Amino acid sequence: MTATASQAIGRPNGPKPSLRRGSSRGSILADRAATAVLWGTGVFVLLLLGSIIVHFALAAWGVVSPSFVLSDPSDSVLGGVLPVLWNSIYMLALTMLIAVPIGILGGIYMAEYAGDNALTSAIRFAEEAISSVPSIVVGLFGLILFVDEFHWGFTALGGALALTLFNLPLMTRLSEQALRAVPQEERTASLALGATKWQTIRHIIVPLAIPGLITGVILTAGRVFGEAAVLLFTSGIGTPPHYDFSNLDLTNPASPWSPFRPATTLSVYIYKLQSEGLGIYRNQIIDGAAAILISMVLIFNLGARFLGRVLTRRLTAA
Amino acid sequence: MNTGDEMLATATHPEPLIRAIDVAAPAARDEASTTTSSIKIDTEHVSIMYGEKVAVRDVSLQVQSRSILALIGPSGSGKSTFLRCFNRMNDLIPGASVQGAVHLEGENVMDSDVSVVELRRRVGMVFQRPNPFPMSIFENVAYGPRRRGMKDRRKLEELVETSLKRAALWDEVKDDLRHKSGLALSGGQQQRLCIARVLATDPEVILMDEPASALDPVSTLRIEELMRELRQAYTIVIVTHNMQQAARVSDVTAFFTMAEDRAGYLVEVGPTGRIFTRPTEHLTEDYISGRFG
Repeated sequence: MTATASQAIGRPNGPKPSLRRGSSRGSILADRAATAVLWGTGVFVLLLLGSIIVHFALAAWGVVSPSFVLSDPSDSVLGGVLPVLWNSIYMLALTMLIAVPIGILGGIYMAEYAGDNALTSAIRFAEEAISSVPSIVVGLFGLILFVDEFHWGFTALGGALALTLFNLPLMTRLSEQALRAVPQEERTASLALGATKWQTIRHIIVPLAIPGLITGVILTAGRVFGEAAVLLFTSGIGTPPHYDFSNLDLTNPASPWSPFRPATTLSVYIYKLQSEGLGIYRNQIIDGAAAILISMVLIFNLGARFLGRVLTRRLTAA
Repeated sequence: MNTGDEMLATATHPEPLIRAIDVAAPAARDEASTTTSSIKIDTEHVSIMYGEKVAVRDVSLQVQSRSILALIGPSGSGKSTFLRCFNRMNDLIPGASVQGAVHLEGENVMDSDVSVVELRRRVGMVFQRPNPFPMSIFENVAYGPRRRGMKDRRKLEELVETSLKRAALWDEVKDDLRHKSGLALSGGQQQRLCIARVLATDPEVILMDEPASALDPVSTLRIEELMRELRQAYTIVIVTHNMQQAARVSDVTAFFTMAEDRAGYLVEVGPTGRIFTRPTEHLTEDYISGRFG
């Protein structure tokens, strides 16, 4: 009975394939090769990151000290990086303040409101085009617009706006992707419970997209920290003066809190030292500054991920 | 009319959510239903199109208050599409358009000035695949009321408890309401959580789109028991592929099938007992006896 049934629908009678491995040797080899290659690639990337960190950690050993971080370049022969470090953090905050809200709102528009039409394909084209414009060209554009046309001179604000211009497309695109990745059924479930579209976005979609949104923020922040070309012509390349942090007058260009002052960042400072520095400790200062730059990026990445987890928990709980 | 008063009461009562979920309320509703058997939903010549394609053609039927209507029929006969026009979920599908009228207690929900947000609070929906939000059990149930502006902690707690009790889930989850994610529950529990989530928005009608098709037999029976209990206070419309299920739970059964052009249409509708024993149409008989579909 069972025999006839299996004959009717099963494989024809005859020698059964062996269960031993030899019978499908080719595909098993390919499978192992793929595993090995993918492992290898992963390990290579890790080693790359590790060796960069180790290199600068070793190079900066003996250079980076509390006084190196907390003093001005002119304080000693070894110099210090306080003002340029401050400018990097300041530029990051200012750029993020402008780019993150616009980027996320733009992403929400593209993911939840915009249809598939001529306007959205034009926006997408513009996003890709701006992202692939060389950053030195974006810097030139900032020079023409903010420095010359607006008569601002070299300012932190001009630099931040140029950086926003450069990063907004990426931020918007990554936000859009993060929001689109939230499963459709979450939207449907929320709407079916009588939530409005905005409530659904605010209480379901954005909280669930936070890990992806954070990735966008981190990538943008990394580009802000690391960017030199955009800033050479917009926020300036001069060695910063001594900053008086007790001067809180935002309209006074001498205040380190003011957006209307030149603001040489860490990356720009490294570029400047490398291309025109003459002091005997030039290379040590560069290594130290680079180590600090890398540490800042790592600290920011880890901090943002942590913040993202806290934010997800709070938004989905309220 | 009783239904009109009820709506008025809901509109003017300071805390309508608590009132209607109140354990005493269903009994009061039941009394009303024995005196007047009112029509909750009345569809007139409903046709639904996806672009040029007709998905549902010319369906007219009525749903009695506090009864269970089962929509049965082969895949593609438009049952789910038809179900989704009761709470205007078809609005979300690009290119979908609905003709005809769907009256909820006399009001045409298709009218352009109808608030879909308000409609979906009155006509809740449970989906085929359990879809709790990735939040705590408490937050899942509190989601609807919160979006409606309920903030008072004690009222929310009360409402979450009554909703979970009515969905027969309370005893299983009461100890980890706030710590356990809705997604950490079993499939059957998740589906009852989704029902509790709907009950918390104080609906009058609950639409269920194959609510047990992703569940094991024991969970399925629990959902069916629950439906029979909920029927005392709510009007339920269920789409099901499972004919035994339709026979077990529903009061009225509507049989849909596909026409030559693949458009779904209503073959016949009647008391479940009659549809399953003495259907008027040959098509129904063939489907029920398993000869087709």
